[in-house]
Amino acid sequence: MENVVKVETLVLPGKLAQRKWGDRAFRWLTLLMAFSIFALIALIGCELAKGSHIALARFGWRFLATSDWDPVNEQFGALPFIFGTLVSSAIALIIAVPLSIATAIYLTELAPQWLRTSLSLFIELLAAVPSVILGLWGIFVMVPCLREHVFPALRTALGFLPLFRGPIYGVSILAGGIIIAIMIVPIITSVSREILRSVPGLQREAAYALGATRWEVTRIAVLGYAKKGLFGAVILGLGRALGETMAVTMVIGNRPEIAASLFAPGYTLASVIANEFTEATTDIYLNALFEIGLVLLGVTILVNVAAQLLLKTFGGPGMKPQN
Amino acid sequence: MNPTMISDEEKRGPVDPPETQVVGVRSPAPVVPPRPGAVLHGDTVPALTVRNLAVYFGKNKVLKDVSFEVQARAVTAIIGPSGCGKSTFLRSLNRMHELVPEARIEGEIRLGGQDIYGPGVDPVIVRRRVGMVFQKSNPFPTMSIADNVTVGLRLNGIRTRSVLAERTEQSLRMAALWDEVKHRLHAPAMSLSGGQQQRLCIARALAVRPEVLLMDEPASALDPLATSKIESLILELKKDYTIVIVTHNMQQAARVSDYTAFFYLGELVEFGLTSSIFTSPTQKRTEDYVTGRFG
Amino acid sequence: MSKMNATNHRWRKAKNALMQTLTLGCALLAIAPLVLVFYHLAKSGVGAVNWDFFTKLPRPVGEAGGGMANAIVGSFVLLGLAALIGVPVGVLGGVFLSEYGSSKLNWWIRFAADVLNGVPSIIWGIVVYALVVVPMKGFSTWAGGIVLGMMMIPLIMRTTEEVLQLVPVGFREAALALGIAQWRAIIQIIMRTALKGVVTGVLLALARVAGETAPLLFTAFGNRFWNHSLSNPIAALPLQIFTYAISPYDDWHRQAWAGALVLLLIITVIDVSVRVLTRDRFRKTA
Repeated sequence: MENVVKVETLVLPGKLAQRKWGDRAFRWLTLLMAFSIFALIALIGCELAKGSHIALARFGWRFLATSDWDPVNEQFGALPFIFGTLVSSAIALIIAVPLSIATAIYLTELAPQWLRTSLSLFIELLAAVPSVILGLWGIFVMVPCLREHVFPALRTALGFLPLFRGPIYGVSILAGGIIIAIMIVPIITSVSREILRSVPGLQREAAYALGATRWEVTRIAVLGYAKKGLFGAVILGLGRALGETMAVTMVIGNRPEIAASLFAPGYTLASVIANEFTEATTDIYLNALFEIGLVLLGVTILVNVAAQLLLKTFGGPGMKPQN
Repeated sequence: MNPTMISDEEKRGPVDPPETQVVGVRSPAPVVPPRPGAVLHGDTVPALTVRNLAVYFGKNKVLKDVSFEVQARAVTAIIGPSGCGKSTFLRSLNRMHELVPEARIEGEIRLGGQDIYGPGVDPVIVRRRVGMVFQKSNPFPTMSIADNVTVGLRLNGIRTRSVLAERTEQSLRMAALWDEVKHRLHAPAMSLSGGQQQRLCIARALAVRPEVLLMDEPASALDPLATSKIESLILELKKDYTIVIVTHNMQQAARVSDYTAFFYLGELVEFGLTSSIFTSPTQKRTEDYVTGRFG
Repeated sequence: MSKMNATNHRWRKAKNALMQTLTLGCALLAIAPLVLVFYHLAKSGVGAVNWDFFTKLPRPVGEAGGGMANAIVGSFVLLGLAALIGVPVGVLGGVFLSEYGSSKLNWWIRFAADVLNGVPSIIWGIVVYALVVVPMKGFSTWAGGIVLGMMMIPLIMRTTEEVLQLVPVGFREAALALGIAQWRAIIQIIMRTALKGVVTGVLLALARVAGETAPLLFTAFGNRFWNHSLSNPIAALPLQIFTYAISPYDDWHRQAWAGALVLLLIITVIDVSVRVLTRDRFRKTA
C-alpha cells in the first residue's frame, strides 16, 4: 500500500514549478522578516554612532570621566549620569532581589495551592503597569510619604552614615531606586519562578525521603540546583533597571550632581535624554545626548547578553521571551 | 499480638472467591526448605503491618484493601504488571504519596506498633525512620560525595566533624562504595557512574539509620554488572535492615527476596514466601504472571 | 541514631514555619505597590473621568476643564500603525524561526531578539528620531507608529515561534504527505491551528507598547489638537499623562490620574482577554 504520494509523477510539471516557486518565495520572505532582528540591531548601533560622532571626536574617553554637564559652555561629562544610573540600580537590586526571590520561593514551593494562583495574578498585573503610571503614583503619593515620614525616620536612625545625611526634598536618588525596585520585582519574580519550577521533581523527592521539612527541601534540593538560573534572573532585572526611564525621571530630582547622601537628587542616563533631548539646541548638545544613549546601550546590551547566556545555559527548556 | 495468629487468608487479602477459600491450609505444594537467611513468620515481630490500606488520588481508588505484614530483617519484594499500584503502595509506606495533591488513604500502616497515619504524626519523622531509594539515582548535584552522604545527618542536627566522618565511612562501606571513593570523598557526586550514584543514594539513605529501607526498582536504570552489585548489596543489607523492594524483574525478585507480594490492578493478590509464590502459587492470576502468561 | 532528637525536631519545625511566614510576607510586600497604585488611581482618577474627559480637547494652559479625547484616539492610531509594521514582520519572522532555518542560525536570531527586547525604550526613541524625524523635518505620527512597531517585532517574533512550536509535528507531516506545498501547509493549516496563540501574542505586545512613553517623546511628540495628517505630531495617552503630571496645575494633575486610570483599564482589559483566550491552553498544560 502506497502511503507516500509521489508528487513528481502525479503533478503536472507546470504546477510543480509553481509550487516550488511558492515555497522558495515564502521561505525567502520569512527569512527576510527574521533577519530584521539583525537589521534593527545594526540600525540602532549605526544611528547612535552617527548621531554622536561629533561628541565622540571632541570628548573621547573623557566623556565618561568628567562630571561637568554644561550645555551653555558646551562642556559635557557623563559621570553624574553614570553615577546616578549605577547607584539607583544598585539600590533597586538590593531591595528587589531578596523580595523577588523570596516571593518566587513562596509561590513555587511553600504556598498552599489556592493562594498561588491569586498571588501570581497580582504579580503579573504589576508587570503590566506602565512606567509613567507608576511615576505618577510616585510623584503624588510615594515622594510626599518619603519626604514626610520615611526619610526623616531614616535620618534619625541612621544619620551617622553619610548616606543618610543632608537636606530632604523627597525627590532623590533613593526614591528613584525604590521605584525602579517596584518595576523590576515582577520580572525577577516570574523568571525565578520558571527557574525554580524547572528543578526536577526527583531532586525534591530525594530530600523529602530523607525526612526533610518543606523549607529544608527548598534549601537543599531546589536552591542549590537553581543557583545559576536565579543569578541570571537577577542580571535580567538589572538590565531592566538600567534602562528604566519614565518612573525614575519623575521621582529622582533630575540634578546632575554626585553626592554622598541618598536623599540628594540624582540624574540617570535615561532621564537626561528624556528631559533634555527636545531642548537640545546645538549640534554638539544633541551629539552629547546621543553619546549618552550609546553608553546606556552599551551597558544594557552587555548586561542583557550576560543574563541571556546564564539563563540559556542553566537549561530551562523553552524559556519564554522576557520583556 | 502474636503474628502466628494471622491466617493465610489474611495474608493473601480478601480477594479469594468464596469457593476456593481454604482456612488454615495452603494448597498442596512440595515442601521447599526456605532459603538460608530467610525468616519464617512467627520468629520475629513484623517491621511494618499494613491493614486494609486503600489509596485514593482524588476520586480514583488506586489501591484497594491491602493487608499484610513486612517481616523485619528480611527482603520483601513487590511484583506485578505495570500500573498495578506497586509504586503507589511503596510510597504509602513512607508517606511520600502525599506529595501528590488530592492523595489520601484509608486504613492503617503500623511501624513498630505505631500507626504512621495517626493523628499528630509528622511525616518528616516517618520518612527518617523509613528510608527510600529511587528508580533513577538522584544525588544532589551541587554537593560532594561526602556531603551527599551526611546531608540527612546534618538535617537532624549532627554537626560534629568526627561523627560525620565516621558515619560517612560506615554508610559508604555498607553501600559497598567505600573502596571506590575513599580517596575522593570531596569530589562532586555527579562524577560517579550511574551504578555508583545509585549506591551513593543507598549510602545517603542508610546514614540516618532507618528501620526500613524502601527501594523502588533500584536497578532498572543500571547495566547488568551494576545491577548484580546492587543485588549483592541487598543480600548483605538485610542482615541489619528490613527491605521492601519493588521490581518488575521477576528473576530479581526470586534472587534477592524472602517474601513476595503480588499486586494486580491495585489489589494484593497473593503474599507469601518467595519460594512458594514462584513454585506453587495459590492464585491463578499469580501463576499466570510468574509463568509469563501476561505482564 | 534511632532516637529522635526532640528539641532539634521542634527547632526544624519552627524554622519551617518561620520561613513560610517570611516568604509570604515578602510576597505580600511585593504586591503591595500594585494595590496602592490601584487604590490611588481609583481614588484620584474616578472623579475626573467624565464625559468631557472622553470627548473634549485639552484646554489652554491654566484653564480648567477639557479632556483627553485626542490623546485616547491618538493612542489607538499609533497602536494601529505599530501593528501594521510589527505584526507582519514579527509573525513571518516567527514562522521562519519555527519552520525553517538551521538550529544554529535560529539560535542566533533568538538570542538577538531576546537581547533586543532588553534595549531601553528611550534608545528606540532617539534612533527613530534620527531615522524618521530628522529627514521628515518634524515630529509625526509615522515616527511614533514606526518606533512602537519596531519595538513589537522581537516580542511578536518570539511568541509566534513559541506558539507554532506547540503545533504537533504530525500536522505538518500529514499536510506534506497529502502533497500540499509547504508554504500553503504552513499558512493554511499550521497557522490556522495556532491562530489563537498568535493573536494573544500580538495582543500582549500591543498591551506592552500601549503604555510606552519614552520613545514617543521625540517621535510622536504630542499634540494639543486633533491630528489631521500622519505627518503631524499626535497626542498619546501616556505622553499626555506625563506632561500633565509634571506640570504645576492641579486640574491637569487630576486629569493625569484620570488618564492613568483609563490607560491602565485598557491594558488590563487586553491582558484579561488574553488570559480568557488561553484558559484552555493553560488547563491542558497545568
